[in-house]
Amino acid sequence: MASLSRSLRRVPLSVWLAGLLALAIIAAAALSPLIAPFNPTDLTSFNLMDAELPPRFSAEGDPRFLLGTDNQGRDLLSAMLYGARVSILIGGGAVAIAAVVGVMLGLLAGYFGGWVDAVIMRIGDIILSFPTILLALLVAGVARMLFPAASSAEWAPIILVGAIAIHEWVQYARTVRAATMVESARDYVRAVKVIGLPSRQIMLRHILPNVMGPVLVIATINLAAAVLTEATLSFLGVGMPPTYPSLGTLIRIGNEFVFSGVWWIALFPALLLVLLVLGVNIVGDWLRDLFNPKLRGRG
Amino acid sequence: MLRFLIARLGQAALVMLAVAAVSFLMFRFVGDPVAGMVREDASVQEKAELRQALGLDQPVLVQFGRFLGRTIRGDFGVSYRNQRPVAALIAERLPATLELVLMATLLSLALGIPLGVLCALKPDGVAARLVQAVSLIGISTPTFVTGIVLILTFAVTLGLLPSFGRGQTVQLGPWSTGFLTVSGLKALVLPSITLALYQLTLIMRLVRSELIDVLSSDYIRFARARGLSLRRIHFTLALRNALMPVITVTGLQIGSLIAFAIVTETVFQWPGMGLLFIQAVSFSDVPVMAAYLLFVGLLFVLINTVVDLLYAVVDPRLRVKAS
Amino acid sequence: MNRIVTLLAAVSAAALAANAGEAKTLRWSANTDIATLDPYAHTESFTTAMLHHVFDPLVRRGRTMQLEPALATGWKAIKPDTWRFELRRGVKFHNGNAFTADDVVASVTRLIDPATRAKGNLSAVIKAEKVDDFTVDLVTKGPYPLLLNDLAGIYIMDKEWMEANGALKAGNISTGATTAASTSAIGTGPFKLESYKPDAGTNMVVNADWWDKPEHNVTRIEFKPIKSDATRVAALLSGELELIAPAPLQDLARIGAASGFKVIEEPALRLIFLGLNHRPELLAMPGQKNPMLDLKVRQALWHAIDLDAIQKRVMRAKSRNTGTLVAPPVPGYAQANDALLGYDPEKAKKLLAEAGFPNGFKTGLACPNDRYINDEQTCVAIAAMWTRIGVQTELKTESRATYFPRIDKGEVDAFMLGWATLPPMDGFSVLSALLTEPKEAYGGSNRMGYVNARIEELTRLAAVELDEPKRRAMLVEALKIARDTVAYIPLHQQPVAWAARSGVEVPQFPDEYVRLWFAQVK
Repeated sequence: MASLSRSLRRVPLSVWLAGLLALAIIAAAALSPLIAPFNPTDLTSFNLMDAELPPRFSAEGDPRFLLGTDNQGRDLLSAMLYGARVSILIGGGAVAIAAVVGVMLGLLAGYFGGWVDAVIMRIGDIILSFPTILLALLVAGVARMLFPAASSAEWAPIILVGAIAIHEWVQYARTVRAATMVESARDYVRAVKVIGLPSRQIMLRHILPNVMGPVLVIATINLAAAVLTEATLSFLGVGMPPTYPSLGTLIRIGNEFVFSGVWWIALFPALLLVLLVLGVNIVGDWLRDLFNPKLRGRG
Repeated sequence: MLRFLIARLGQAALVMLAVAAVSFLMFRFVGDPVAGMVREDASVQEKAELRQALGLDQPVLVQFGRFLGRTIRGDFGVSYRNQRPVAALIAERLPATLELVLMATLLSLALGIPLGVLCALKPDGVAARLVQAVSLIGISTPTFVTGIVLILTFAVTLGLLPSFGRGQTVQLGPWSTGFLTVSGLKALVLPSITLALYQLTLIMRLVRSELIDVLSSDYIRFARARGLSLRRIHFTLALRNALMPVITVTGLQIGSLIAFAIVTETVFQWPGMGLLFIQAVSFSDVPVMAAYLLFVGLLFVLINTVVDLLYAVVDPRLRVKAS
Repeated sequence: MNRIVTLLAAVSAAALAANAGEAKTLRWSANTDIATLDPYAHTESFTTAMLHHVFDPLVRRGRTMQLEPALATGWKAIKPDTWRFELRRGVKFHNGNAFTADDVVASVTRLIDPATRAKGNLSAVIKAEKVDDFTVDLVTKGPYPLLLNDLAGIYIMDKEWMEANGALKAGNISTGATTAASTSAIGTGPFKLESYKPDAGTNMVVNADWWDKPEHNVTRIEFKPIKSDATRVAALLSGELELIAPAPLQDLARIGAASGFKVIEEPALRLIFLGLNHRPELLAMPGQKNPMLDLKVRQALWHAIDLDAIQKRVMRAKSRNTGTLVAPPVPGYAQANDALLGYDPEKAKKLLAEAGFPNGFKTGLACPNDRYINDEQTCVAIAAMWTRIGVQTELKTESRATYFPRIDKGEVDAFMLGWATLPPMDGFSVLSALLTEPKEAYGGSNRMGYVNARIEELTRLAAVELDEPKRRAMLVEALKIARDTVAYIPLHQQPVAWAARSGVEVPQFPDEYVRLWFAQVK
């Protein structure tokens, strides 16, 4: 633990910057209803006649729209902030659900072992045989077939969270299971078992706190991956609808205009997406190295 | 060894059975198969007859058994949208995807290993830092953005390379290849770079961390202490040991690449299985989706099993355990 | 002197032969693929246009859209309800079978079968009778003025092939029913189908034995559907295609400015409008009375749409706003019907309040995202405009492949529809398909419950009226009623905009058909 805090004190500048960047984007997205100049989800707030105005700094820019407008006359900056919020909420939601489910199942599998362990881990094996994007496409696609409402602004985020989380929980379960097995073999856990504490309490009070470190690392790296997966699904047309766009939806819409000189609709959201994911990735990378003693202190 | 083999094959069979079950559930319960087959003014009587003819009145387990039987015979039903046997559609699209994945894998190995070595040996050098930074940007950029940027630069602005499709293909029996024509090879360039990028960073990082790992092991320290040349240590001893997991991961990643090809194929309108699948999703073409799932599942299980078995053969520790 | 002439003749003959032997491939792309190869299994005009390269009708549209002989060389009405057609001799199908009266009878019988999806395209015909090998009688329900117009869209298939392949009954893309004809096409047309890979590409080669003298120099057609506008434009600009149709409106300026490329555009016949739910309940508000049953609500929805803004921004000033359901060149069009209702959100709100919905209501709006020009964008704009007058609009956009079956099943509230009065190119098709109750061959595309007794009457009268001015007056009256009752909300007339490599000459037609048997490739 001592070495850990020492490492924390020696956080490289690049990680600081990346962390701040990611936090700034997340904060701006979270506060978008307060700080965005317009509300792009309010269909009455924009005017088609303002469509495709270039950013303010270019010759034909309009002072009202810093980064210009999209093809519907929405303020692009506002659409991006709201879009980033949608992307982060979906990505974060998927990570949260995957982490909770994964940690619980990992605890159960590691603590009880036997058939509980076998069933959970085999299901995990099967799920891991498929890449995230395929499974997510499948879940989103099937949901759309079963309930036409699945593509609506209310339901699409829930479907997307489920579609992404269904794959990601396995990683947590595997990590926590391994750690739990090690922990349950320790003397103090044996001791409390002998005292007769209920197993739920043992798992939650004594084992869980000790496996949280690795879970945090996985969650950080997964957040970046989940945001990318959501963007990809929206780009492929099974994500957020155009009336309630995520960053991926904005890029999909903007992609149709890249040849007509209207480059900003695709470029700015893509840039924001890359910056967000990059920031989270750098922090996640550093965290991973930190928890991996072999790599610590090396390039 | 034999016990390991049997256990591994048993596990593979179990996974396939589970995938088949999911695929069957989709096929059977997502959308009414009868509604998709009868004319709109068919009577209740006609529908019931069709139901019986299709065996849909049987218990679900019996139906699942039949589904398995048909699947093993390679009969995946008929696509709702394209109105052709799904097996034929997949066979038609398979070469395009496999050639793309092969190119992407070669590309990522050819670039990823040297760059990884560079980063491991001179971790503080300018080149290594640059490569590291670029690789981070690489994994943070969505595939579709990379694809669009490449098309804009090399196809539209510079006019050097084609922006979509496979170019001219040559039919070798059932296999259509783009390797034998200039236009086919040119068409491969941008999509395979797009697809390889993520894989490339993965391999690079893996080579780096494995090499650092091996270099700090006692066994290398011992070699160094014995005065073996650095060159020999790095490239003969260390790299060889570090490449084991790289080969494993590359093998395992082939399945992921096939899945990731969905995005690349959409951006480049590459007529492979990924495009087939994404079109099936947007057209609610359940038989194609179910078959694609089964097919990719099979591929994954095969790759995983083969890699595991190979590993068992190659890895000295496992060999010792087995004997 | 003579020698020189002979020499010149020989040289030019050699040049001609060389020219004729040169392979001219035309590679082109559209935003969509053909739905099926079975000409009777669908009613989509894109598929119809593509299949015209492989199949011939009895009569066809020429360069100026005039009706001219194709597989039929002459025709006359021998009774008010019977037309006699003389068939062209010596025509062969692509499989070598001879074209005879049997093929016409089998094709017409296959088409007018009650289960056939496209039966409405020849709704007046009840029977085809063979007189001799090259003479056929078509019997109509009564006097029918539009028979030739209808026949221009009815392709003749090979009876022997259909028998051999069990395809005497047509498939149906709405129900998913298929036959051998869904995946192979044997016609008599200017091109032979070489390969058809759904969503990947369709190739055709020139039919050297075509019965007509070719006006094109294309030896091979390679078609690839590219849904993404950006990718399609990129493919043209990077020299991988000769022609894209449609070209996205937002890219026309850039393509026109690029050297080596050109934009071809003209107004299309296709009008875009919104269909409304005229049934007792809206899907968005189950259990409550449908507000759209009130004329004032329908007028409010119309008043709420800022057509000028859509025309300027979404359609880049390339469309023409319209107040009626048919385009100016089409019989049945009347300028008086074409007046716009006018954008007036205040009046719209007032009308809603008068109808008892001062706070608006909830509705769905369904739109395709790959069928009409900038369809999704237009719908997003309309959803915003409706929301602004208080009508909460839940927009759903999807691919045509799932969209049109949904419309056929009536699973929508408000929805976007384009109508080009094709194939007959006559306002009667609006009456018979969109404004009448679904009964017999009528109302094929009216699943949303619009019924008007006078239009039913007018449709049945116009169907048998041989006096052209009288018939047109009936069409105009029916379209006026449709306008006054807001059966549909008309939006705009689409442009046909294509882009091609310089040196590719492709004539354009208001029906948006790509007719490559008129194409010249240099």
